[in-house]
Amino acid sequence: MTNAVQLDGVVKSFGATRALDGLDLHVTSGEVHGFLGPNGAGKSTAMRVLLGLIRADGGRAILLGGDPWTEAAHLHRRLAYVPGDVNLWPTLTGGEVIDLLGRMRGGLDEARRRQLLERFELDPRKKARTYSKGNRQKVALVAAFSSEVELYLLDEPTSGLDPLMEAAFQECVLEAKRRGATVLLSSHILAEVEALCDRVSIVRGGHTAQSGTLSELRQLTRTTVVAETSRPVPAIRQVAGVHRPEFQDGRVTFDVDSSHLAEAVRVLSEAGITALTAHPPTLEELFLRQYGEQIAS
Amino acid sequence: MSSVTGAPHLVRLVLRRDRVRLPVWLLGITAATGASANAVRGLYDTPEKIAGYAATVTSSPATRLMNGRPTAVDTLDGITVYESSTVAVLAVSLMSVFLVVRHTRAEEETGRSELLRSTVVGRHAATLAAVSVAVVASVLVGLLDAGVLVATGAPVQGSLLHGASLTCLGVLFAAVAAASAQVTPSARGALGIAGGLVGAAYVLRGLGDVSENVLTWVSPFGWAQGTRPFGDERWWLLTPLLALAALFLGLAVALTARRDAGAGLVAARPGRTRAARWLGTSWGLALRNQRGLLLGWMTGLTVTAALFGSTGQEVVDMVADNPELSAFFAEEGGAVLDGYFAFVLSFLAVVTSAFGVSSALRLRAEEEAGRAEVLLATGLSRGRWVLGSLAVTVVGTALILLCIGLGLGVTHALVSGDSDPLAVLAAGAVAQAPAVLAVVGCAVLVVGWLPRWTALAWAAFAFVLLQSYLGGLLDLPGAVAGLSPYWHLPSLPTEDFTVAPAATVAVIAAALHATGLIGLRVRDIA
Repeated sequence: MTNAVQLDGVVKSFGATRALDGLDLHVTSGEVHGFLGPNGAGKSTAMRVLLGLIRADGGRAILLGGDPWTEAAHLHRRLAYVPGDVNLWPTLTGGEVIDLLGRMRGGLDEARRRQLLERFELDPRKKARTYSKGNRQKVALVAAFSSEVELYLLDEPTSGLDPLMEAAFQECVLEAKRRGATVLLSSHILAEVEALCDRVSIVRGGHTAQSGTLSELRQLTRTTVVAETSRPVPAIRQVAGVHRPEFQDGRVTFDVDSSHLAEAVRVLSEAGITALTAHPPTLEELFLRQYGEQIAS
Repeated sequence: MSSVTGAPHLVRLVLRRDRVRLPVWLLGITAATGASANAVRGLYDTPEKIAGYAATVTSSPATRLMNGRPTAVDTLDGITVYESSTVAVLAVSLMSVFLVVRHTRAEEETGRSELLRSTVVGRHAATLAAVSVAVVASVLVGLLDAGVLVATGAPVQGSLLHGASLTCLGVLFAAVAAASAQVTPSARGALGIAGGLVGAAYVLRGLGDVSENVLTWVSPFGWAQGTRPFGDERWWLLTPLLALAALFLGLAVALTARRDAGAGLVAARPGRTRAARWLGTSWGLALRNQRGLLLGWMTGLTVTAALFGSTGQEVVDMVADNPELSAFFAEEGGAVLDGYFAFVLSFLAVVTSAFGVSSALRLRAEEEAGRAEVLLATGLSRGRWVLGSLAVTVVGTALILLCIGLGLGVTHALVSGDSDPLAVLAAGAVAQAPAVLAVVGCAVLVVGWLPRWTALAWAAFAFVLLQSYLGGLLDLPGAVAGLSPYWHLPSLPTEDFTVAPAATVAVIAAALHATGLIGLRVRDIA
């Protein structure tokens, strides 16, 4: 498997601010890769390094096998980009912008353009000045998905979209994936990430905190267990990897590191389990934990 | 809550945002007057020299065109005002226009005003705040100007009158800008309307003064200069300026009350579904984006040139009717018409560089608005992006210059029946292109290497403008005056075209463009 995107130890400073501090990001060809992190974590900066708009101070960046800085225009014919805050030429219509960007990228698929305009319910005759944020976003999405490219760089592409359009967007991403395209999707909408992404990378303070499939990430964290037992289980406190046990009305609730789950369940069963629920952390919990640790540190 | 609630807060915001810009305007205008006053006192130190000056300017159509009808030019203070007030009146008017549009329509266009309007801020508060600051700034310009004149030894009353005329013009054009800002949904459109009115008022005044006819009195600049400081001072002429200002302010208020926030007066119509074939290129997009800018400048300057051309014959007749003047010009070489045309051409060529600078700075505007990012994420390389845009700037500059030459020559031919100068006027205008492009090159250089300092590009323009207006009076050393590319070019049709200076300036212009382009290729794009 080749990497469509490869960032190794990328560093980028703006004055005294270190926006990227040794960022690693590997996106395998053909996968949909989620790119997560709190505001200001460096996600957009990483996208801009990949687009060759800004030059990394250190580390190595490879995009579709080439150098994103020196071969920018050449590589851009093989990718499409949607920013999170789309700014358009106020006097051009949406239709004109879509054609403009498509042609500059090296051509767009006419049938696809028509189909997407319909899917996103976009009126292409309106001047960009009169579009709402969501509609400007749709213009950029139609322009991007009208071209059948190898790589889609999407930086919070659905900000401002309504739920119906969110569904239309997800359909586009899945179609691209079926075609074998690679997608790097930066997003704060966790349901979207969960529905679309094969793997995710969590970036924090300019470097990668974690990277892997969603289930791998869950493995790394704790499972929440709620059990009712016929006898009290004070012994659960002594089990390694058990956190914050709470006892109430014959019920015990605790978090346990995934590696010690078996031991905890054995202790519980000795006390006679009458009811047991265990759920892996939701994506929300996963990220809150990741983001929260940053705030704490 | 009244419709101006919150205005004091907005005034503070305006002052905070313009805390550098505003003092630069105030001090710049004052410094120009002060420097002129000093220079005049140094140059005309004997009664004979003053008399000589009076005789020269009374007979010079070019001076009348630029500075108006000579008033009290037999005194040092009169000469100072006559020499320096054109720069001052244009500067104070443009200061007001830029200030008011920046804090009204530009805020609305970017959507920042929406955030403010959602707080306890009335409908007219933004207009009131911007106009108030412009009025205070205009009063300060007037006081500083009067102060400088008094400091160099001028009578207090005349100095105050001159200052007051500047103040009233500043107030008037603040009101004009406030009304213009209601008409179009874009700040650029508003600047175009208000700036166009400043230009039109100036041109009308110039034409009226050359032919000594009623046109002078159609223009507010004619009223302001008609107050005749240090002559038979006419304070009452300030009243129509303030009355007109009140009228425009009323118009602005009425228009604001009738329209939606963010909208202009004309509702947006549906446009094309598909882009024209040429739009898919960098130059095509640049042309589309700068269509209004290019057409506006082209129309304005062509009309101005045509009007100047139509008065050429009158200038000749005026000199012929006056035996003293005829003798004077016979000594000078007899080419009174050529001198007039040469002056108009070089002046309009200097003004053309304002188009060039705003056109070149569009690159930075595209970048700041985040639109360059979207473009450069496609297959468009930075080099092609920049060159496409600069192609529009360069070709647009050449076209405007050609139109100026043709406008001048064609109307002159129509009025006088003499079509001989047409070719040399057209060629003479285009021959100024290297100088215009050198000023544009400074803008490209700034965009390439100092993108946050685009004001420097306007400083370069301000310098060449000042040098062409006041350079002679201030008697700048060659090393300073020579910084202006226009200084090196021969002035057609009085002088013959020579290749060497044009080629040198062209090479420097090309070098500036190339260096700027390199900067744009190696730096981070915002």
